[in-house]
Amino acid sequence: MKHLIVSLLAAATLSFGQAPGAIALRGARIFTVSGPVLEKGTVLIRNGLIEAVGESIDIPKDAWVVDAQGVTVYPGPIDALSTVGLPETPATPAAPPRSETPASPRAAAQEPAMPLEQGPEFRPFTTTWVRAADLLNPGDRHIEETRSAGFTSVVTFPSSGIFAGEGAFLNLSGEKQGRMVVASPVGQYVTLTTHSFGTYPGSLMGVIAYIRQLSLDADYYRVALQDYAAHPAGHRRPSYDRAVEGLLESPRLLLPAEDAKQIARMLRFADELKHPAVLYGCHEAYKVADLIAKSKVPVLINLKWPERSKDADPDQEESLRTLELRDRAPSAPAALDKAGARFAFYSGGTAPKDVRKALKHAIDAGLSEAAAVRALTLNAAEIYGVADRAGSIAAGKIANLVLVKGSYFDENAKIDSIYIDGVRYEPVPEAPPPDRESRSTPGGIE
Amino acid sequence: MRRVATLLLLFPLLAAAAGTTTVIQNATVLTVTRGTYHGSILIRDGKIAEAGEKVQVPEGARVIDATGQYVMPGIIDCHSHIAADSINEGAVAVSSMVGIEDVINPDDIDIYRALAGGVTTANILHGSANPIGGKCTVMKMRWGKDAQGLVFEGAMPGIKFALGENPKRSGSPGGFGAPGLRYPASRMGVEDVIREAFTQARAYQQEWRDYQAKLDRHEQAIPPRRDLKLEPLVEVLEGKRYVHAHCYRADEILMLLRVADDFGFKVRTLQHVLEGYKVAKEIAAHGTGASTFSDWWAYKAEAYDAIPYNAAIMVRKGVLVSLNSDSAELMRHLNTEAAKTMKYGGLNETEALSLITINPARQMGIEQRVGSIEPGKDADLTIFDQHPLSNYAKVERVFIDGELYFDRQKDLEERATKEARKKALLDKLKAQEKKDTKKPEPSADKKEETPGAVQ
Repeated sequence: MKHLIVSLLAAATLSFGQAPGAIALRGARIFTVSGPVLEKGTVLIRNGLIEAVGESIDIPKDAWVVDAQGVTVYPGPIDALSTVGLPETPATPAAPPRSETPASPRAAAQEPAMPLEQGPEFRPFTTTWVRAADLLNPGDRHIEETRSAGFTSVVTFPSSGIFAGEGAFLNLSGEKQGRMVVASPVGQYVTLTTHSFGTYPGSLMGVIAYIRQLSLDADYYRVALQDYAAHPAGHRRPSYDRAVEGLLESPRLLLPAEDAKQIARMLRFADELKHPAVLYGCHEAYKVADLIAKSKVPVLINLKWPERSKDADPDQEESLRTLELRDRAPSAPAALDKAGARFAFYSGGTAPKDVRKALKHAIDAGLSEAAAVRALTLNAAEIYGVADRAGSIAAGKIANLVLVKGSYFDENAKIDSIYIDGVRYEPVPEAPPPDRESRSTPGGIE
Repeated sequence: MRRVATLLLLFPLLAAAAGTTTVIQNATVLTVTRGTYHGSILIRDGKIAEAGEKVQVPEGARVIDATGQYVMPGIIDCHSHIAADSINEGAVAVSSMVGIEDVINPDDIDIYRALAGGVTTANILHGSANPIGGKCTVMKMRWGKDAQGLVFEGAMPGIKFALGENPKRSGSPGGFGAPGLRYPASRMGVEDVIREAFTQARAYQQEWRDYQAKLDRHEQAIPPRRDLKLEPLVEVLEGKRYVHAHCYRADEILMLLRVADDFGFKVRTLQHVLEGYKVAKEIAAHGTGASTFSDWWAYKAEAYDAIPYNAAIMVRKGVLVSLNSDSAELMRHLNTEAAKTMKYGGLNETEALSLITINPARQMGIEQRVGSIEPGKDADLTIFDQHPLSNYAKVERVFIDGELYFDRQKDLEERATKEARKKALLDKLKAQEKKDTKKPEPSADKKEETPGAVQ
């Protein structure tokens, strides 16, 4: 019977190209996240939204009823830092030879012509104005792969350069570009990448100084424009500056910080920049959890836990600190939770199918399941300012759900289905990735 | 019995973590500025409270018996590149927008090793790739503190300049030292870059003055765009930032002093300054300090015309001289470097010790705080087992702000524990790795089919 309904539903989905009138997922264990866990509840989905959730809600006559007994329903998990949905680019496209014809419009945008002798008045490795939402490729095979691993949403960013561009909060429906975008822009992806000794900025301190200068230029630009708007007659107009425009319209900056030293450094820098910030990486956050909590700066934790390089010299002795980091990194989420810091997760270099295993490591290291679910859903939505529409199972929110036969954190528990904007998807058996190696890793910190 | 002795030795150390009062007793104290005496030093609240032959031991104070040992002020190194995650911003001829303070690395083991050599304060400089380099940071070697905890609070800010071969061959796309395209490519060009930068800085300074004048006249005005490259140079012009200039040859030294005179600023120190002995009178007349090596030279063409008498000759000509390391290794035996000036040039003990204590403190503008053993100064002290000017001397203990940051005995004792901890962790991780690899990942080694075929 259940099968029949499900196939009817699937047929309905296919024939109408969108969700049916209403769907009631009945009898499931529901992690609402914004409310209590319901042991036997119902989620009612209509028009891509959650119409109601509860233990004893009325199921309207027009609703398809899905018997979800034995299934756990979670709000749609969010990969909080990703490149899924963007056209593929080489891992380090930052400085191609100037004579070369750019391979894609995106690459062209990233390559402002620069004189060799540069100072902070130039804008090297800066494409603040590039928007992920404008570049989406709904045919990207990573969309299905990521969705099948149990994600309903990703926060996708252009990823190369110092100021790489503006990210978008996406639903992994993968059909029409415009329907995928939940919010844009949601932030500016910043890296501390250095390129070469011969190009400014060629050092870490150069990159930091460059970011500081652009931030100061944004302050100046804003004031100059305001001043000009108030007195246009008799005044020279300020020059239009797309780099600064892109920075000013970014609601937050994503700054990289892997170890305790970098976290402290970037928290201090974020404070100085006076721009809301989010740190990403953060494997050594267990050492500075209180500092992070006190700063109120949220962090995105890379689920690619540190490991010994496969090519490492077996005789090479590693430092105690390196070993400790490897041992304790999965305890970072638990430490942050205990300290009261806000954090979410991103897959980093982890293959989507391995994400649940990586999360299990964090749980084994002391993170409660409830906190893990929250980090994966509502925290991410809050960090990106979309908690009013996503991140939990509550009436009025977008119907992004994942249904698991058992616990999400048990890698052997089967993912039953994924609802995105109320549309049901089944996980597709994994296709081997053809070019994972060449894909740039978002949030991977050098 | 030996173990009991160790415990007894450790006990006061443990107790002292809580208290803030320490007395070092029965030591030979080399104050550097006030002669040498046999007696005690009382440390309270991180400062030297009393220094004398007889000092009352306050109740509950930690007492350190330094019988047969020598206490000197913590060694100060006016030129180091440790404890930073980057040193050179090489692509631009003027890199004054960058600064070491942004990239302090409190985890650098060289900090601890410097402590083990008795160093308590160091001037961490930008590299020498640019005629005008980045901003420097004066640090105390407070190993274990975070980045901000290392910064010598209240020290005068500094900036690195560099003359000669390094700036004229840097910044090439081929890397440091490869045939370069970046201007300048000659010593003339180096001078030009500095003059040009200060000309710009003056104009920038004027922009802000004009803005201020408008505000004073209650006229409507918006502040000028802040320029991080020119701001530090304006500070130099206004005497708010010290110039530490890397140089070798006499001609380039005189060049820089002329440029400084023309623009009305002072060069605080000449660094390396291997030919300083040739122009010592001119350096002294300019009021510029010199921070040099004892006997390290001939590593490049401009470093050949050097003599081990350089430091002593400059001292005799009235130059404020220090010896620096410019090297994480040399940093660990600056006391030996100082001793060499007694052999070459005949400086006396106090003069030799001054080169690594009070003189560099004066060069960095921190002599009110450190550089000698005087009541009121920071309790930055190094205890040697023998006279520090002996090359058999080893550092036993190092205090910064009255806190014990290095203790040879403790270090030796902790080695076994650390080794065991590491071994245990290694075994645990290996076992885990084995467990993880037992379950083969289904797709890890699969050959790729036609991309997109499955979809």
